[in-house]
Amino acid sequence: MTTTTTGTGMAVPPPMTGPVTSQRRHPEGRRRVKRGTVVTAIWFVALTAMTLLVLYPLVWVLLASFKPSSEFGLSYGMLAENPTIDNYVKVLEGIGGVPLWRFLVNSLFVAVMSVIGITLSSSMAAYAFARIKFKASGLFFSLMIGTLLLPVHVVLIPQYIIYNKLGLIDTYVPLLLGKFLAAEAFFVFLMVQFIKGLPRDMDEAAKIDGAGHPRVFFSITLPLIKPALVTSSIFAFIWSWNDFLAPLLYLSSPTNYTLPMALRLYNDQSSVSDYGATVAVSMVALLPVLIFFLIFQRFLIQGVATQGLKG
Amino acid sequence: MVIGSITSRDVAKSPASAPRPVSDARRAGEPAPDRNTQRKRLSRREAFAGYGFLLPWMLGFFGLTAIPMVYSLYLAFTDYNLFTAPEWIGIDNFTRMLRDQTLHQSIQITLTYVLVGTPIKLAAALGVALLLNFRDKGSGFFRSAFYAPSLIGASVAIAIVWRALFRESGAVDDGLSFLGIHLGSWIANPSLVLPMMIILGVWQFGAPMVIFLAGLKQVPTELYEAASMDGAGTWRRFVNVTIPMLSPVIFFNLLLEIVHAFQIFGSAYIISNGTGGPAGMTNFYTVYLYKRGFSDLQMGYAAAMAWLLVVVVGVIAFILFKSQKSWVHYGGDNR
Repeated sequence: MTTTTTGTGMAVPPPMTGPVTSQRRHPEGRRRVKRGTVVTAIWFVALTAMTLLVLYPLVWVLLASFKPSSEFGLSYGMLAENPTIDNYVKVLEGIGGVPLWRFLVNSLFVAVMSVIGITLSSSMAAYAFARIKFKASGLFFSLMIGTLLLPVHVVLIPQYIIYNKLGLIDTYVPLLLGKFLAAEAFFVFLMVQFIKGLPRDMDEAAKIDGAGHPRVFFSITLPLIKPALVTSSIFAFIWSWNDFLAPLLYLSSPTNYTLPMALRLYNDQSSVSDYGATVAVSMVALLPVLIFFLIFQRFLIQGVATQGLKG
Repeated sequence: MVIGSITSRDVAKSPASAPRPVSDARRAGEPAPDRNTQRKRLSRREAFAGYGFLLPWMLGFFGLTAIPMVYSLYLAFTDYNLFTAPEWIGIDNFTRMLRDQTLHQSIQITLTYVLVGTPIKLAAALGVALLLNFRDKGSGFFRSAFYAPSLIGASVAIAIVWRALFRESGAVDDGLSFLGIHLGSWIANPSLVLPMMIILGVWQFGAPMVIFLAGLKQVPTELYEAASMDGAGTWRRFVNVTIPMLSPVIFFNLLLEIVHAFQIFGSAYIISNGTGGPAGMTNFYTVYLYKRGFSDLQMGYAAAMAWLLVVVVGVIAFILFKSQKSWVHYGGDNR
């Protein structure tokens, strides 16, 4: 199998444009042996059963969010006896005197800024690694791969101390600065792999016409790596949307809270009060991610596959 | 896999492949005196562009990773509470770690989580990938369905859902009671809460599964045909063809999943309301680190803990990389 792009000719197409189509590499399942319908039926039944099991928690949270709080903890079935949208109405009010839309807007702001920061800074870094030859490139590339494996906790404390000294606690700067500085190696790596899969002809032609690296980057590379940018944007959005550690560390006033922090408030109070609202607000937090997933699943799955394969 | 090989590949590319003016190429071999200076100028311009494009990353690497790491190493030898200046206390933090019973329990449950959870998760990922690879038609839907939990599994919302599913008379308790197994709440039960966390981890088998599946699709069919002709059955083909051909992907998944498993935080924090309970059984390493550093403001001690984690993860990664030689097969067509 190809573990390096230089090894065989087949790795020439950009990593994310679809399954490898070279004739030599048919999946095992496509062998000419004709399988019986019985086997196929068992296959479908087994996988459908697994799907039900795996997706059960998601179905549960959707259905439970319509249960009145009084029905929780009693051994009823999955469906509410008296379905109600009261939970959602209550959730709209928010918690701790902050309305729900505020958390949503905060989360959205941080997520969108993350997307902008990550796509800009990571594509620049990736271009440098993939297309420009300079002395320190190899060393820096190794260091970047190293950060992929580095436990983030070792930098949390010093970063917190520095942000604290700079008076940046309870602002979004600590949440976003790293995104604009390509601190997440996953994205740089994804784009490096993608750029390396692109043919160089157009770069060379542009260079002969006198274009410098900035020109080549903006007018040739960026348009060509659009699939990688889309994949990165979706991951950046979802990871930012789900992020809990950074908001927990840096956001102190509830008006600045992102949605996961609001969820934590609900969770802390749920033992005493309102279970239905807690489940409903969880559904609100999950919904955008699930919608993104349904729309962009192809990009996401190919992005993940690329990370492991061409990596 | 490949983490090693990319780097070397990248380094190996010499500046010779940089674009050269056409006239230059024609006179190749002839030692023209002006060519050297021209090439030097070109490579200097390349370097200038390279550092320019890499500037944001370099600022991030040094400002947010390298320098903080050094600072954190210094803090590990101090007593620091954020308000008074750090006080140098030598190796006291580390000797204290040797005596800290809570830390020992935390290490124990974290290791259990990593060493039990990761193999189960990867086995599930590989098993389902094999099943999906069996047939192309229809497998796309299942692949997507199984991948979904990987996107949301670590979120606060899912931690809340997990709490609800595993509480007394929750869905899991009800389901098992129906089968005659009465376990009650998993959340409040010190011996069940860790298995529950492992189930949450295994539930997210979709990401490694997708990587396995992509790897399986690249195994050349001829190898299976040749093995069949030699009389190998399904099992022999799996052991002697699939596993070796897939070993780079297994290596990659193993490395990444282990590193990630060590860093489990959010779900444990939410499920235990930040306490690490019951009986410290969700007090994972990072949860304890957070409590020491940011609740107790023992930043020196927390920094020492963080460095221990880096060393442990580093040693494990090193051992894995070294072990590659004996079990990871990079294709023969690789140069």
